[in-house]
Amino acid sequence: MGRTLAEKVWEQHVVRRAEGEPDLLYIDLHLIHEVTSPQAFDGLRMAGRTVRRPDLTIATEDHNVPTLLGPITDPVSKTQVETLRKNCAEFGVRLHPMGDAGQGVVHIIGPQFGLTQPGMTIVCGDSHTSTHGAFGGIAFGIGTSEVEHVLATQTLPAYRPKTMAIEVSGELPVGVTAKDLILAIIAKIGTGGGQGHIVEYRGEAIRRLSMEGRMTICNMSIEAGARAGMIAPDETTFAYLKGRPHAPAGAQWDAAVAYWKSLVTDDDAVFDTVVEIDASTLTPFVTWGTNPGQGAPLGAAVPVPEETDDPAAARRALEYMGLAPGTPLREVEVDTVFVGSCTNGRLEDLRAAAEVLRGRRVVTRTLIVPGSMLVKLQAEQEGLHEVFKAAGAEWREAGCSMCLGMNPDTLAPGERSASTSNRNFEGRQGKGGRTHLVSPAVAAATAVTGKLTAPADLA
Amino acid sequence: MDSFTAHTGRAVPLRRSNVDTDQIIPAVWLKQVSRTGFEKGLFSAWREDPDFVLNQPAYQGASILVSGPDFGTGSSREHAVWALQQYGFRVVIAARFGDIFRNNSTKMGLLPVVLPAATVEALQSAVEADPALEVTVDLGERRVRWGAESAGFEIDDYTRWRLMEGLDDIGLTLRNADAVAAYENGRQPWLPTTV
Repeated sequence: MGRTLAEKVWEQHVVRRAEGEPDLLYIDLHLIHEVTSPQAFDGLRMAGRTVRRPDLTIATEDHNVPTLLGPITDPVSKTQVETLRKNCAEFGVRLHPMGDAGQGVVHIIGPQFGLTQPGMTIVCGDSHTSTHGAFGGIAFGIGTSEVEHVLATQTLPAYRPKTMAIEVSGELPVGVTAKDLILAIIAKIGTGGGQGHIVEYRGEAIRRLSMEGRMTICNMSIEAGARAGMIAPDETTFAYLKGRPHAPAGAQWDAAVAYWKSLVTDDDAVFDTVVEIDASTLTPFVTWGTNPGQGAPLGAAVPVPEETDDPAAARRALEYMGLAPGTPLREVEVDTVFVGSCTNGRLEDLRAAAEVLRGRRVVTRTLIVPGSMLVKLQAEQEGLHEVFKAAGAEWREAGCSMCLGMNPDTLAPGERSASTSNRNFEGRQGKGGRTHLVSPAVAAATAVTGKLTAPADLA
Repeated sequence: MDSFTAHTGRAVPLRRSNVDTDQIIPAVWLKQVSRTGFEKGLFSAWREDPDFVLNQPAYQGASILVSGPDFGTGSSREHAVWALQQYGFRVVIAARFGDIFRNNSTKMGLLPVVLPAATVEALQSAVEADPALEVTVDLGERRVRWGAESAGFEIDDYTRWRLMEGLDDIGLTLRNADAVAAYENGRQPWLPTTV
């Protein structure tokens, strides 16, 4: 019987297999940031251990950093960032600190440097590590104990998850993006739908996506509960990688591509679970509740809790969100728009927002936050920042920003956002804040009208 | 890690589904660089409501959390496990867990117990009827007992052994350092380094 892509990559990384034990898996790349690493480095120090492969490890500052120029003013955030700097210096780990041209959100910089490549195993103390699976590797989030384990051994003990295929047939209609697709997938299978699985996204609509779009899809695999998400590498992947600073070159490039081309699910391979979705029927999608599975097409109305799968959860969510059942989603008024994050903070996302905002004015507080300093530079070379500023939006420095309430960019209690980030959990963007997850295009159109809006709705 | 063999204590029912790790401990609490003091952040937004179950006098001192399905979804923050443990929980029972949370729990000696949804609800109802009810979670026998009731649960042999012995994963892996070195010698030459 043939093997799935996930099985091929997994088997390639098994260091040790023993009856009745989890596999010991080699980790090709370990990404570090300031929030989930300090206690791991402390653990190493206490046990007198070193970092086994600092040359397979890279760190950045992202979660705590302010996106307005200037130092960190919160003393606790400052200590956390300074602790990362001390740890990286002591253990010899490459760090891209605030202000550095290579700094950015951890899941933006890996691909940007060409460090994220097909067939690799990649981990990070961050659940959105699934992003990197867009290149055809196995990438997943871990907790601090496992961060310490990888630092010390460059391996992780793990049972191979089950495999799930999400087959996306057809073509996304004009105006419908990767973000709309993944929100629709999560609404279909639920926040626990992928639990215990590595998801492989397949089908015509996936093949047509850019690498940026594929990263958006894989990024939110965790919101469907999946351990990881992945997409088989193809010419789009190779074209993205070629010439990047850490991509192979010369003869090594040819050897790598030859291997990468073998990283596809065999025709006779069998997945444990298969989900099918038709892309051609989709429309812009938004969330109405407090988990990413509580979403609906923008053209729909806020649901009646009793008509949902989990009425108690829906009632709680609507109470928290301050929404009445039956309200058309297009009538929901928004205070703040956020474009950014590891889900939608790449150049293509900023271009999509700029296309909508060109020649228009925003009526909401609107934060446009590039995912990395390189994305910022590229956007400015294209003049996108001028479009944003002319529209009345704020053009910021790189960071996690309003995706989570760890830095100065937050919602006030009761404030409502349309956000291109990945989580609409209670209080995620600030205590009492209310989040609607949307695509960059919908975010921009919403900023123009002040209500949840698709670009096609604009005159 | 502390070893876990069996635990008897009182339980608190959390009748909510999709209890994500942002609820267990909001991001603002993650700025600490130590491993202690996270109990103050446990469910900190929900605990502002005097009616929240953890605030009810009858459930003070409970050490077993019995939650609705999909507990610990979302963020990988191990701080969620630390917060639960430092507050006094030894066990979380739910019908489904987020994969990363479940993994983090077993690294720290907080036992995640999966029971069928109907059994979880029966246990919640029993504890609501009698908050003083003693619940025993026996890892050796893979069984939860309360009153005249009991229910078996599954956990793989390896994780169970590691929890019962309180073993450090890193120490176990380092016993195989030779295998790691041998693997490293055969890695594909084009794989990137960060230097």
